[in-house]
Amino acid sequence: MKRLVLAVCVVLLGSSAFGLAQAQPWPDVLAKAKGQTMFWNAWGGDDKTNAFIAWVGDEVEKRYGITIRHVRLRDTAEAVTRVVAEKAAGRNQGGSVDLIWINGPNFLAMKEQGLLFGPFTGLLPNYHFVDTETKPSNLVDFTVPVDGLESPWRMAQIVFIHDSARTKDMPRSIPALLDWARRNPGRLTHPSVGNFLGATFLKQALYELTPDPAMLQKPATDENFDRATAPLWVWYDQLLPWLWRQGRQFPETGPAQRQLLNDGDIDILISFNPPEAAVSIAGGLLPNTARTFVMDRGTIGNTSFVAIPYNAANKEAAMVVADFLLDPIAQAKAQDPAVLGNVTVLDLRKLTAEQRSLFETLPRGASTPTPAELGRVLLEPHASWMTRIAAEWTKRYTR
Amino acid sequence: MLRVAPVVTLLLLILPIAAGLAGTVLPSFGYLPALGGTDFSLGPWRDLLAYPGFGSALRLSIVTGLAATMLSFAIAVLTCAAFHGAPGFRRLQAAIAPILAMPHSALAIGFAFLIAPSGWLARLAASATGADRPAAIVTVQDEGGLALIAGLLLKEVPYLLLMIFAALNQTPARHALAIARSLGYGGALAWIKVVLPRIYPQIRLPIYAVLAFSLSVVDVALILGPGNPPPLGPLALRWFSDPLLLLYFPAAAAASVQLALLVAAITLWRIAEVVVARAGRKWIARGGRGLAVQPFLKAGGRIAWLLLAVSALSLLAMGLWSVAESWRFPDLLPTGWSLATWTRQAAGLWWPARTTMVLALVSTLIAMVLALACLENEQRRGLHPGIGALWLLYTPLLVPQIAFLFGTQIVLIRLDLDGTWTALVWSHLLFVLPYVFLSLADPWRNIDPRLIRTAACLGASPLRILFAVKLPMMLRPLLAAAAVGFAVSVGLYLPTLFAGNGRFATLTTEAVTLAGGADRRIIGIYALLQALLPLLIYAIALAAPPIAFRHRRALAVAS
Amino acid sequence: MTGALRLEGVEIALHGRVLIPALDLTVAAGRAVTLMGPSGSGKSTLLAFLCGTLDPAFTGRGRVHVNGLEVTALPPEQRKLGILYQDDLLFPHLSVGGNLAFGLTAAIRGAAARRERIDAALAEAGLAGFAGRDPATLSGGQRARVALLRVLLSEPRALLLDEPFGRLDAMLRQDFRRFVFDHAASRGLPVLLVTHDEADSNAAGGPVIRL
Repeated sequence: MKRLVLAVCVVLLGSSAFGLAQAQPWPDVLAKAKGQTMFWNAWGGDDKTNAFIAWVGDEVEKRYGITIRHVRLRDTAEAVTRVVAEKAAGRNQGGSVDLIWINGPNFLAMKEQGLLFGPFTGLLPNYHFVDTETKPSNLVDFTVPVDGLESPWRMAQIVFIHDSARTKDMPRSIPALLDWARRNPGRLTHPSVGNFLGATFLKQALYELTPDPAMLQKPATDENFDRATAPLWVWYDQLLPWLWRQGRQFPETGPAQRQLLNDGDIDILISFNPPEAAVSIAGGLLPNTARTFVMDRGTIGNTSFVAIPYNAANKEAAMVVADFLLDPIAQAKAQDPAVLGNVTVLDLRKLTAEQRSLFETLPRGASTPTPAELGRVLLEPHASWMTRIAAEWTKRYTR
Repeated sequence: MLRVAPVVTLLLLILPIAAGLAGTVLPSFGYLPALGGTDFSLGPWRDLLAYPGFGSALRLSIVTGLAATMLSFAIAVLTCAAFHGAPGFRRLQAAIAPILAMPHSALAIGFAFLIAPSGWLARLAASATGADRPAAIVTVQDEGGLALIAGLLLKEVPYLLLMIFAALNQTPARHALAIARSLGYGGALAWIKVVLPRIYPQIRLPIYAVLAFSLSVVDVALILGPGNPPPLGPLALRWFSDPLLLLYFPAAAAASVQLALLVAAITLWRIAEVVVARAGRKWIARGGRGLAVQPFLKAGGRIAWLLLAVSALSLLAMGLWSVAESWRFPDLLPTGWSLATWTRQAAGLWWPARTTMVLALVSTLIAMVLALACLENEQRRGLHPGIGALWLLYTPLLVPQIAFLFGTQIVLIRLDLDGTWTALVWSHLLFVLPYVFLSLADPWRNIDPRLIRTAACLGASPLRILFAVKLPMMLRPLLAAAAVGFAVSVGLYLPTLFAGNGRFATLTTEAVTLAGGADRRIIGIYALLQALLPLLIYAIALAAPPIAFRHRRALAVAS
Repeated sequence: MTGALRLEGVEIALHGRVLIPALDLTVAAGRAVTLMGPSGSGKSTLLAFLCGTLDPAFTGRGRVHVNGLEVTALPPEQRKLGILYQDDLLFPHLSVGGNLAFGLTAAIRGAAARRERIDAALAEAGLAGFAGRDPATLSGGQRARVALLRVLLSEPRALLLDEPFGRLDAMLRQDFRRFVFDHAASRGLPVLLVTHDEADSNAAGGPVIRL
């Protein structure tokens, strides 16, 4: 018995000693971070997000003396490539990427190849505010455990947006969407499947069409993939000719699709940001009559994270920025419909009354759905489904 | 010092390209030890061929590249044939300068604004028909690549026109034309029969450069080309960015195809030159006077003006978007005006604008020094470089960017230079130097040698002659070359992306990224600035010499 | 300033073809010698050889002495052989005064002193007050005189004339000839003139060598 206790103690001490070896006291981190110029690699296709990142840059400059350079990516994979290339070239220190806006397959790839620094979220003072109960996607990224290797900063959930002045009685299920497309040829599209939003649209359809949705939480394999996705392809084959440009070309990104809706080229917009309509109306990017709808059986939701590459040159500054993103002030700013309109990743119950009031005083437009209207959140399938669906789609529909 | 200048310059151009090509071609056969590829294999090629869209991507690249080059050439030739000697010809020369200064991507963005199904032209049509929704027609990003071809024409036609103008300056074309016309030939046909054959050798390399650019273009294709599949260039770019680097090998194969495509295309073009020349001699010998076709040729010549008008409208559309508050289909003009987009973007614009300017100024300055050193060396030693040197100089403009930039990225990482100013400036120098050299070479070689001899006999050392005589006299061509170098640097997309490791955002990289679908008002700002910055430098280059020489009649007007 | 210009076995060839066979010649200080020959005979090339600005296509042999000093191996700027061409070749980016200052020997120091020297030279040539003028606004005769002044101000050891009167009309030509030869004689400069115009050689007054 005594031996067993000892053994357990050794294990516990050992593990905590390991943790401590990496852990520096937070004031040390702040001291080291001061004066660092850090490179935040983040998808740069959305001006609202770019503006928010610029705001974060101003704030951390003021508060912590850190300069942020936003490396605007066309695709998050570019940053991952860079880290892989650096590893291949033997640059294990002083890497060029300090922080990446990441989730899903990119996170899985980096985690599997040991390209991430951490676990570090335990060090962040603001991390204890994070909602780990009602927002499971903060801990499990596309079914892959986060393990403290990435820190959440915004929530996303699939919503659909239409112009209520032009279209009414929107479809509330994936089969109904096909009927709607038949009645309205050329008025529906989705972002290119190479884009995460386009791939997510197919996953959303898969959720409703696949015989066993629970299967999606396990990795996709050669055995289960064909069976699980067969109904999806049947549905999509029928849908394709009724899509915008007969399904031969697709908008490259979400914002490109939004432009099409604003121009009146299409009638339905798919977005990963529930308050997209309100934010876009405020920005003059959608008509005032834009409204949001979702699928009756729920839509896919996930969390956006930031992660630090193992060879980042400015890890301290990266951690401070990751921590600031969890600051209630930053989260409330992001939730402001005039800024991003993001649903916070924090658990409001864990905040002080004063901090909570930051969120409660935020305006909410008529076009922003309430949590009840948003309905059920479906967990992201394992990242391998996204990869395989995208590959299969390319095989089937690229000519 | 001066003697090594040509060697240094050529090494600076050729070595990185050679290393980059090796870094692309070797991985296409599976060899890249850094990524675990230690054995040669045909695997990457099999993967490339197995990609379902490969055939379409290849066809798209070939069709758009060849069509854009042939049409550019035909339009440029028709324009000169139709208007050489006419009053409009001078105006045309003045009008193409600003278009040449504008980056490809800025023009492409503006052009997309113009021709989109919801764009300006469609709105004009809708105001006639009363439609409140854009017609379901495919204009931009069409599968046939027509929008891409048109977008390339906007920039390549003025470029070829400029090259023809330069060649005409060294050819007694006017007399030849006068003689042909006195023999009863129509003006336009006379030009094609007696002037074109004489100037063609001088525009051959520029045509190959157009061919190379059009076949492997990336930035314009991202904006105006289709996406599923895209042409080979953007496809390779997409694959090179694969997170797992699994697609690096087929991407290298795709980039190698670009190289092979170019070699094949130039060979084909060369063969066509011989065939056409042979047929042309017979055609000329038949003695047709071409009076009947004259009106058609004249009409064809007007296409260049149409293209210039489209470019101007594109610029205008970008400007309008940048100050629009809201501008929805089918409104012909914005319904609200506001400077809010500018004020909101001002802070974010500063860094890319600064990087753009610093990069352009530094690379242009270095290019000027190197080009001057080479030319000075040539002049002092009485050398007459042959066609081989010209080909070497053209190398960076002929080798597809995508085919060597990826390879050089690996080299840069190895040297620990990736993402540094050094790498960035060098990568820009690669493209700035040839243009600066080419614009400076003719004026420099045409300096009256007796002026130099006179100065020497008056006791001036070569250094004093350079600084007190040649440089001040050459102010106009020097500034013009600097403006060209600046414009080239501002417009570079892929080199900035790769050498800068994504850390250096310029107006062009930002504009191309945003063109993926961001707010048109913001795209408008970036594209407009991207176009205006080089225009400003051009304006300075044009305005400064007359001011500096306001009391020097012999130099005050362009010769 | 009493040195003579002496050529020893000077020979000019183009691609191995001899244009001017070995030439021995001495021009005494203050005197003039004329070389006459049709165009293409290589007489201008000879002057380029003397100046050290021979085009690399040509080959020149022989020795050149001036004022007792051999200059054959020196770079052009150290030979101090002033040359005038048919065209005035004033630098278009400099004023008249600037052109003269370019030529004026560096031995005269100080802005005021240099300025004074230039003004004096201009006044002597009947061009007082022309220092600030743009060369392009001058008449042909005026420009020719400025070109000569520029050479003289550089204090050459000898004066080489490459048909400098050819472009001027008859009246001016006579005036300018006088102007050139008077100035050269007063400074005791040896003058070597190449021309195809008999009147030029008559004005020069010295021996004539036909090529």
